[in-house]
Amino acid sequence: MSNILVILESRDGSLRAASLEALGAARIIADQRGASVIALATEKCELDATLLGGAGADKVLLADAASHSADGAAATAARVAKESDANVVLLSATVRGRDLTARIAALLDTGFAADCTAIDADAMTFTRPEFGGRAFATVKINGPVAVASLRGNFFAAAGREASAEVSEVTSETGVSMVTEISSQAGGRPDVSEATKVVSGGRGMGDAENWPLLEAVADAIPGCALGATRAVVDSGWRPHSEQVGQTGKTVAPELYIAAGISGAIQHLAGMSSSKVIVAINKDAEAPIFKHATYGIVGDALEVLPALAEELSKLDL
Amino acid sequence: MNIISFVKRVPATTANVAIADNKLNPEGVEFVLNPYDEFAVEESLAIKEAAGAGSITAISFGAGETQKELRTVLAMGADTAVLLANPAAPEADGATTARVLAENCKGREFDLLMFGKQSVDRDQHGVGPAVATLLGVPCITEVVKLELAEGKVIAEREIEGAREIVEATLPCAITCQKGLNTPRFASLRGIMAAKKKPLEVVDVEIGETTVEVVAMNLPPARPAGRIVGEGAAAVPELVSALRNEAKVL
Ligand SMILES: Cc1cc2nc3c(=O)[nH]c(=O)nc-3n(C[C@H](O)[C@H](O)[C@H](O)COP(=O)(O)OP(=O)(O)OC[C@H]3O[C@@H](n4cnc5c(N)ncnc54)[C@H](O)[C@@H]3O)c2cc1C
Repeated sequence: MSNILVILESRDGSLRAASLEALGAARIIADQRGASVIALATEKCELDATLLGGAGADKVLLADAASHSADGAAATAARVAKESDANVVLLSATVRGRDLTARIAALLDTGFAADCTAIDADAMTFTRPEFGGRAFATVKINGPVAVASLRGNFFAAAGREASAEVSEVTSETGVSMVTEISSQAGGRPDVSEATKVVSGGRGMGDAENWPLLEAVADAIPGCALGATRAVVDSGWRPHSEQVGQTGKTVAPELYIAAGISGAIQHLAGMSSSKVIVAINKDAEAPIFKHATYGIVGDALEVLPALAEELSKLDL
Repeated sequence: MNIISFVKRVPATTANVAIADNKLNPEGVEFVLNPYDEFAVEESLAIKEAAGAGSITAISFGAGETQKELRTVLAMGADTAVLLANPAAPEADGATTARVLAENCKGREFDLLMFGKQSVDRDQHGVGPAVATLLGVPCITEVVKLELAEGKVIAEREIEGAREIVEATLPCAITCQKGLNTPRFASLRGIMAAKKKPLEVVDVEIGETTVEVVAMNLPPARPAGRIVGEGAAAVPELVSALRNEAKVL
């Protein structure tokens, strides 16, 4: 029997929420085929057997590496994939996850699909964006194992009542080593992981106007800040907030675009958001063609009103 | 310092994507050097300049037209270029591309393998780490800051919500992210010099590809939206729509 292996991602000893989405996707494939879902944490971390079981795992393996080494983690994952007879390996399409996806495929002499947005468990095909989201390819992996990373917010944890059985495994040692991690200040979620995003463009006028966007983000729990390349290139905001073809790709439930024209490269990063709100003073701005709701007006006036209205809701 | 800088010819990010036979219809599409590969080339040049010695070889797995992008890289300052030519190269998946590149690196001397973090056509983010894995060298992906010291590489990269410092030993592969540097433009002198630099074309076999595209579609059209109103006065209606209609608040 063939199994589904999910590579869990952790940081500072705690599991990243994106890993639960991968477990949910794995559960669907496993149920279709009567297979098991095996989860592997490639570094030491705190694991909750009920949380992981509920998300979709049958078995959880905890490796003993003290910190992240990409080549070490890939070697551990490839060994476990062989030992556990896995013919599908799933990861999250994070910076680390995409890196590992390619390495694990190389070690297992097979192909990989990054950033998948859908899986057909019957045909065992993966759908993924190409050309910055201007096309979607459905691919079949012809090697012995299908290795794929899953884009955030497209899959969900299984939500079942089950507890996974946890055991320990040894890690392979790597050459490259993470020696330091510094969290970005602000306490807001990263734009690529958030379910709500408020994003500003050149129409915000100046870096000094960002508190208006921050006030909106503060009124919505779990809301991240985003920006266009024009804003990042002007030095108003850090590159880590850039959304688009040369920034991050996001698919939140809600994306609020303030003073953003809707250039093709920006749309590439956010057009699969569930609900898009555009605030732009130009009624002809291309962003309105992609928006669910639009307000024609000055962002510097609309945003404070929005922050106030949202704070009344006490979300 | 011997550096191999890998480049790809890709459709411009503004290109209108039309699909024929489950692939991009190249008709009327402008092709450019992959923007992330420009960061890799620039970093290679800066490292060689700082070291005061060494050579930079640009390698591309591409169709014949890719000679144009390789000339651009030579004009920026690379010393030699190699085109691993196959007409089907533009459609090859990440794992297949990595296999072809790795096979052709065997027997070449290198300290650094420089890649863009992704090519903006297939968007797989995996050729760099896959080549490194096949060659058995360490790799650091999505690098925004790079330091070399005594056989060691210290790199900084942005992960979700944090920055991490990663150390590895040379030889090593690096994939380059925006923020690492500002790529130079080729000077007129560089363009003239590039015409005389060696550009070798080697025909390569692809063999069986590991990933098969069974369908390719344009993204589903978004349902039509609506303008809720003008200015701050429209805010209550917007919030009510988000809460009661779209149910995202
Ligand atoms: C290779 C390449 C890669 C790229 N990658 C990216 C990327 O990853 N992400 C990205 O975002 N861009 C990217 N771009 C740039 C992209 O083409 C656009 O230039 C950029 O997205 C525009 O940003 P903007 O919407 O903030 O600015 P603009 O296009 O200048 O738009 C500003 C908008 O604000 C409106 N406005 C002005 N004042 C106000 C006001 N007071 N209130 C409300 N609205 C107002 C205007 O009507 C206008 O629509 C890339 C370009 C290239 C060539």
